[in-house]
Parts: sequence; C-alpha cells; structure tokens
Amino acid sequence: MDTSRLTRIDETSWQIEPSGAMRVPGIIYGDETLIRAMDDKVAEQTANVASLPGIVKGAYVMPDAHWGYGFPIGGVAAFDPNEGGVVSAGGVGFDVSCGVRTLLTGLTVPEVRRVQERLADALMSSIPAGVGSHSGITLQGREMDAMLRGGAAWAVEKGWGGAEDLARIEERGRMEGADPDCVSERAKKRQRREMGTLGSGNHYLEVQAVETLYDPDTAAVLGLAEGDVVVTIHCGSRGLGHQIGTEFLRDMLPAAAEAGIHLPDRELACAPIHSPIGERYLGAMRSAINCALANRQILGEFAREVFARFFPDHPLDLLYDVSHNTCKVETHTVDGRPRRLFVHRKGATRAFGPAHADLPEALRGVGQPVLIGGSMGTGSHILVGTGAGDKAFSSACHGAGRAMSRRAALKRWRGRQVVDELAERGILIRSPSMRGVAEEAPGAYKDVDQVVIAAERAGLARRVAHLRPLICVKG
Amino acid sequence: MSMAQREQSERGWALEPHDADVRVCGWGPTPEAAFEQAAVALTRVVTDAPLAARERVDVHCQAPDRELLLVDWLNAVIYEMAVGGLLFGDYSVRLRGDRLEASLWGEPVDRARHAPACEPKGATYTALSVGRDRQGRWTAGCVVDV
Repeated sequence: MDTSRLTRIDETSWQIEPSGAMRVPGIIYGDETLIRAMDDKVAEQTANVASLPGIVKGAYVMPDAHWGYGFPIGGVAAFDPNEGGVVSAGGVGFDVSCGVRTLLTGLTVPEVRRVQERLADALMSSIPAGVGSHSGITLQGREMDAMLRGGAAWAVEKGWGGAEDLARIEERGRMEGADPDCVSERAKKRQRREMGTLGSGNHYLEVQAVETLYDPDTAAVLGLAEGDVVVTIHCGSRGLGHQIGTEFLRDMLPAAAEAGIHLPDRELACAPIHSPIGERYLGAMRSAINCALANRQILGEFAREVFARFFPDHPLDLLYDVSHNTCKVETHTVDGRPRRLFVHRKGATRAFGPAHADLPEALRGVGQPVLIGGSMGTGSHILVGTGAGDKAFSSACHGAGRAMSRRAALKRWRGRQVVDELAERGILIRSPSMRGVAEEAPGAYKDVDQVVIAAERAGLARRVAHLRPLICVKG
Repeated sequence: MSMAQREQSERGWALEPHDADVRVCGWGPTPEAAFEQAAVALTRVVTDAPLAARERVDVHCQAPDRELLLVDWLNAVIYEMAVGGLLFGDYSVRLRGDRLEASLWGEPVDRARHAPACEPKGATYTALSVGRDRQGRWTAGCVVDV
C-alpha cells in the first residue's frame, strides 16, 4: 500500500483522512511492513466503506487485512439504525459466521506423539473434509428450521455435545433473531447434506501443542499450560451461508438504489437496517450464524469421539468458539454515550475486554478469547480482548491473512512437497487434495506472529499463547 | 497457457490471481462462448481432472445487464455443483436478451479421481467484466470466493 495516502497516528495505527464521499476516517492497524505489503485496494475499499450511510466513528482495518469484495477482509464497521445506518451482505461475506473453536484435551505432547500417525488417520476418516464429503447427517423441513433457530443449542439437544459447551460459545451458542422463513429454499437445499462437514480451502481441524505462554496467569484461566495439546476447528456455515450471501448481495443492489444510497462499488450492496430487505437479511444472516455454530458443535463432537478411542479418560472441554464474518447488535460507548450499533466484522474477531457482561463468568476476569487461525506450518495464537478504549468496537484480527494468490502458490509449491517438509518438522497433514495443500502452503500466508504482535501493540488484543500444529486435517 | 497462446486462441479460459480468491475468465467469438468458457474456468478452480459428460442439468437465469447475468450464471453453476454433488466439464449457453438458458454436462464428484482442491462459495461483482477485447473476442470474468 502506498503510505503517502495515509496519516501515521502512532507505531501501529494509520489514518485515511476523510475526503470525497467519506463520512468518517479509515483507520488501518498494522506495523509499517504489514501496511506496505497490503494491496492499495485495501485503502480504496476502506474509503468506500467509510462513505456508507450511518457509519459511526470510522471504518477499521485489522493487521491481517487483504482486499476482498466491497469490504476488505479484516474490515470492521458499525452503523447506527437511527442515523440511516445500513446492513451490508458484502460487509458480512459469503461464509457467514465462519470461525474457530478450540478444545482442551488435557493431554501432553508426548502422549499425543505416541499415537500421532494413527490419530491423524482416524481424524481424517471421521472428519468430513473437502469437496464432496458428507457426515451422514441430512436435514430438511422442520428440523432444518429448528437448527437455524437453535444453533449449537439445537446440536446439544440432538446429542452432539453437552450443555456446558454453550457457555463457551459467542451468543451462548444460539443467535437471537434468526428467522428461517427469511432463508430461501435454495439455501436450505444447499445445506441439506452439509451439516457436520468442514468444507475446503482454508478450513481445517488441527491438533496443536501449546508451545509458548506469553501470560501464564491468563493462560491458566483459559486452561492452557505449556506442552498441553488442544484441538482447533476452523469452518463456517457451509452452503447455506454461501447461498444467503449470494442472494442478498444481488437483492441489495436494487434495494440500495431505491433507498437512494450511492454505492461506489457494487459489492457494497446494502440496505437500511430499518427496511424490509434489511430486516429479512438480518433474519437470514442470523440463521446462518446458527448454522455455523451448530456445524462447529457437531464437528467438535466428532473430534471428541475420535479422541475418546485413544484417550477415553480425556473429554475435550471447549475453551471457546468465535465467529469472524458477522453483523451483530452491540452497545458501544461513542463520545461518552452508549449506543446500540450494528457492528459488521468481516474477517475480524470480536474481542470484548474483561468484565464484559456477554462473557461467561469463568472468563470475565481476563477478556474474550481471540482464536487466531494458522496455516498448517506457522502456528496459531490465542489472545484475549483488552477492552482498552473500545478500539475498533472491540475487534481484533482473525488469522494470518494471505500474502500470495492461490495461483502463485501453485506455481511455487507442490502439495506432496509441502506435506513431506511439514512431516519432517513433526506436523502430519491429511487432505483429500494435494493441489489444495499447495494452494494453502504456509508460505502463501503472512507471518502470523507479526500480525498478532501488531494487533497487541495496537491495543486490540493481547497475546496469551502460541500453538504449534501436530496434525492438520485440511479441507 | 502462455500469454502469447492466450492472445492467439479463439476461445479459452484462465484463472487469474487474486489475494485470497481467484478470478475466472473465459473468452470466445460470441458472448455465449465467453460465458461457457468462464464456467469451464470455474470448474478448474475445483479440479484439473478430466470430466465425463454423464449427467445433464438445465438452468436459466435473468438479470438486468450482461455483467449481472454472468454472476447469476456462475452462481447457478455453483449451486448445481453443490446441491447435485456434480462437477461439470461441458456447457452450452444460449442468451436471449436479458435471459440465459444453459445446459451443463458432468459427473458426480469422485474424491479419489477428481481430488477436488477447493469449493467455490459464490461469484462476486469484483473485477467483473463482460465485453470485447483488443482482438474482438468476447471476454467474461469475475472473482469467485473460494
């Protein structure tokens, strides 16, 4: 990115001054290296977001950002419904509520190393991963609607997991305001056989070692100790969310025009929150959030079943489950006044600080866990929200962020080579597609350590632990 | 396909880089051919394997302009792939004003043989274009979220 267009605020904050149609500034977080590596399109898209009606304070960009469609991936923006604020399908994205959950195993690395190959194979055969995979679960009619209303709570009712899981999921496992009647039959049909599937691309299940603790006291509250093993699952709302994104992106184009909203980019398709289509989208999008929460709950239970075969005395307790692509109604203090805002996070994690009422009691002293996904080889991070200054409406980064296109990655690596090199480092990869592995090669991503350090320095969240992969089932 | 070959070929497809996703692009002597080739590119996002024409699916869509029609067309293909568990290798497109009718031929996903790499989630309006290039060929393309 050309930094001459930006005003540097401090070491890790840069501002796009309001100009033209922009109603608020754009704020980009990251160190100079990360900012320079970002595409100029990120700044362009941030300025476009800043021009939408009803936007509050600023259009924010996380340190892992890259250009997406409409909103940058890693973009955060809040809208006030009482000031003509909008809800944007492009501001949420296609994979609604794509997110991460981490489960504690209570196992040590040597215990897992003893069965690592067999465990990897068992996970590969039990976790439906990649295009064309199925879990054997078929949902339709009333049961589909019940899932869309109930989220992870529905999954627990059906026997996938226990009630204690729900406290450790955003929204306590069930997003209020979901309306399955707002979800098209096509979207439901697309989801019919996709519950309990991981998906493909950058979605994965990883068995990880807790390698470094940055804050042992907070780690202890989260249940993490050095040398422990955890399981992390990254996936979303599958075909249902994709179809909702597709349909509302299209339907919001004429809706924006009818509402007199100028769209600098068609991907910013949006509608006033208080409009029939805006409310329909919220009913559908919240249903998709529940779909993702239910999906991760089922996949977590599949992982538990596999681990129980090897370690029957080690139930996998849920540490936490976060979503990345959402629009949620939250109260934030703006200019000293609490306001109910519609906060869009697209490729960003909610990062409430300590004492926030929405956190489970056990975590209220430390802040919301922020689970940062890795890229097979480079590791993952666990952070917690700081609440400091309610920066970016309490948001943090969500992953490493890609540094290289899939095509460029394919030219540079072969899947088998990636698998072999990682195996030499003690990381076992299982995937239905070697091409998929090459496209997702660790080197195709930004340096996740640099991203989380920038997030910490910017005060968005603070580091608790670094995780190193042992096994990765890649979708 | 090299840039030179691409310049000279009457019809074809390409996958073009995007930070996280991929742009599919097709070209040919008519808009219909460009739409067909863009769909071939979409298939190649998923697999490099040869595909048999064992099953046929018909789709239709309608949109106020050709660019939106391209997005709807690719989304219709994505939908049929997802719902039917199919991969399509051959496409026949007919354009009538603002309406598209098409036939798709393919086969069920065979995970061992096709080794599908990733699943398209949806066609986007990013880098969306339908028009003629310098050689007078029709081109059609957009970024697909994967």
